[in-house]
Amino acid sequence: MSSIEANGKTYETDEEGYLADLNTWDKDVAAVMAGIDDCELTDSHWEVINFLREYYEEYQIAPAVRVLTKAIGKKLGKDKGNSKYLYELFPYGPAKQACKYAGLPKPTGCV
Amino acid sequence: MAEETKKFMYINRKAPYGTIYAWEALEVVLIGAAFEQDVSVTFMDDGVYQLVKGQDTSGIGMKNFSPTYAALGDFEITKIYVEKESLEERGLTLDDLQHLVWEDEDEDWAEKDSIRLVNRAELGDVLADQDVLFNF
Repeated sequence: MSSIEANGKTYETDEEGYLADLNTWDKDVAAVMAGIDDCELTDSHWEVINFLREYYEEYQIAPAVRVLTKAIGKKLGKDKGNSKYLYELFPYGPAKQACKYAGLPKPTGCV
Repeated sequence: MAEETKKFMYINRKAPYGTIYAWEALEVVLIGAAFEQDVSVTFMDDGVYQLVKGQDTSGIGMKNFSPTYAALGDFEITKIYVEKESLEERGLTLDDLQHLVWEDEDEDWAEKDSIRLVNRAELGDVLADQDVLFNF
């Protein structure tokens, strides 16, 4: 078991850096995780992260990238519901990277 | 290289908890959908219990994964077959099951029913029409 430090707190993660318990998530740990990847979280990032947390709350799974793209398009507008926009925000893969910052497990179907 | 899309059918026959089959089947279904195949799902025998509304697993220490069925529509799984006889034999009706829908992007996200109630003979025809069957 690995861990991450943020704002004086310790968060347990798995070996790939995903939070062990999504209930321990907060915005501080999200920002620290992003910092490890040299990524600064903007409002556009938070829109996606918050969407993922709501999606998980409702369906108990993280959406696959195709599902995420479509759902973002519906919720935030077509200009954001495309993989170019999402990959610019999350170059390591929108589902994987954004789910990690959102404290969710790795999406089903991601290898 | 364009590969041909195949018709995949996942058949759920077991009650949701007590074995891992139902949850594993659901994960496999979602993975299959990510590969953009033509995916259908069947619930028959005790498998119809997987879709029953208002599940509460707090007493058995297992994750209640029933909310995930509502995400099938997002994964473009729009053909969910429920065998009529299996419901009747267990004293259930469609009203006891979750109302599963998918949203049609081409019709301004109109909600459409995903569940298709079929009798045993009709289900046989549906299964005969598939390329690949997975039995859980």
